[in-house]
Amino acid sequence: MNRHFPGDTAALLGRSLRHILRSPDTIITTAVMPIMFLLLFVYVLGGAIETGSGSYVNYLLPGILLITIASGISYTAYRLFLDLQGGIFERFQSMPIARSAVLWAHVLTSLFANLISLVIVVLVALAMGFRSGAGVLAWLEVAGILVLFTLTLTWVAVIPGLTAKSVDGASAFSYPLIFLPFISSAFVPTESMPGPVRAFAEHQPVTSIVNAIRDLFTGQPVGAGIWVAVGWCAGALVVAYLFAGVSYRRRIS
Amino acid sequence: MLPVMSIPSATEQVPGPAIHVRGLEKSYKELRVLRGVDLDVARGSIFALLGSNGAGKTTVVRILSTLLKADAGTARVNGFDVATRAADVRESISLTGQFAAVDEILSGRENLVLIARLRHLGNPAAIADELLGRFSLTEAGARRVATYSGGMRRRLDIAMSLIGNPPVIFLDEPTTGLDPEARLEVWQAIRELVAGGTTVLLTTQHLDEAEQLADRIAILHEGRIIVNGTLDELKRLLPPAKVEYIEKQPTLQDVFLTLVGARTDREQR
Repeated sequence: MNRHFPGDTAALLGRSLRHILRSPDTIITTAVMPIMFLLLFVYVLGGAIETGSGSYVNYLLPGILLITIASGISYTAYRLFLDLQGGIFERFQSMPIARSAVLWAHVLTSLFANLISLVIVVLVALAMGFRSGAGVLAWLEVAGILVLFTLTLTWVAVIPGLTAKSVDGASAFSYPLIFLPFISSAFVPTESMPGPVRAFAEHQPVTSIVNAIRDLFTGQPVGAGIWVAVGWCAGALVVAYLFAGVSYRRRIS
Repeated sequence: MLPVMSIPSATEQVPGPAIHVRGLEKSYKELRVLRGVDLDVARGSIFALLGSNGAGKTTVVRILSTLLKADAGTARVNGFDVATRAADVRESISLTGQFAAVDEILSGRENLVLIARLRHLGNPAAIADELLGRFSLTEAGARRVATYSGGMRRRLDIAMSLIGNPPVIFLDEPTTGLDPEARLEVWQAIRELVAGGTTVLLTTQHLDEAEQLADRIAILHEGRIIVNGTLDELKRLLPPAKVEYIEKQPTLQDVFLTLVGARTDREQR
């Protein structure tokens, strides 16, 4: 590792964080859609959805948190794309800095912005009656899963950010990611779905992540499910990180 | 070799020309942009690279600033080969691209502090304040760059390039899109730079800019340097001035258009 990496990343992180704090609308926009889903499903559709036990907002929140992250990371791709469009990226590349610091600053900024959005969504859910018996440890585990999920999707977002030809292209990739929780256990139990859909829903990563978070919130033993969730995230993280690295080297050489 | 920690300043120089280029070639797919470019830039001088749109000026600058790899040929900047010693080249240069490479959301001062930190210099705040003063930006220093005029942005851009006193500075069309007054401000900034011993390689389409600033001028046309000399040498390439009632020396513009051909007529609007 380049010995300037920590200092350069910190300097560039300071820059990106200023961007976010000076246009907090991106954080609010990120939180608005998941909150709308929360309101829509809890107060309009939720009455007709049979989840077994407990309040629907308790059932729904884990999936909504993942949707929050999936919509938040499109801003990471967008910000990276804007840097590449302007001259500032080439200025950085022509300077004696650690090359990977440019990407890591964006990734850490994404983590920061998404965590704020998640806190806002959780606060809204609490106002809507969300309650959890989870202890400090369980909350930390939930936070850990969400951080891992954010890092994974952020590295996915870096790829279109580096390769997109237009602003729309840079953020359009997130739509399927936002849609994925709908075909999972996030909104309704998978048992209610027809065969092939159910098979997909039960074997895609969102379901295992949602179930793990839900178990942690309700104080259930999480069992092996959490390792499936972590495994999905870690595997996707490694793949996305490698592809992002390839895209980056292609871009700067 | 220079110690890794230090940023070579204009005073601790590797001997030889500041920029040395031989047989540089670059193609984009079928398009052969550079077909064997040779040039040398003496230390402490301003060298202007002229050419029409698409002549390859920016490609030369991008190769010299390590942003692009050449297909063939050698290029050394401050004595370091751009292909094998890219990190040393980056310590030695600053690039000011065609579009002001400033952060619009940060203030002018924050932009300068950021670059000083990325150049690993001590006391970035003092460096920023000194440059704000030197470029008449002290009052605007706390404002976001988004509120700056084109000339202020360019001045900030050039101020950012000076941080760490890199011995070689590339200015790619530094006055494109500026009004005449702002151009004069930028010219003044460039003259002061060279007075301090910095080497400047400047690309431009504005021939008067080269006439005003450059010690040597080269014309890049169809991928090669077709002439390279001082302004006087270039002027002597044309037949002696016609003697009518008043002797009228050919301007650099006449020289350029004759050498490059008629195609450039409309470029000069």
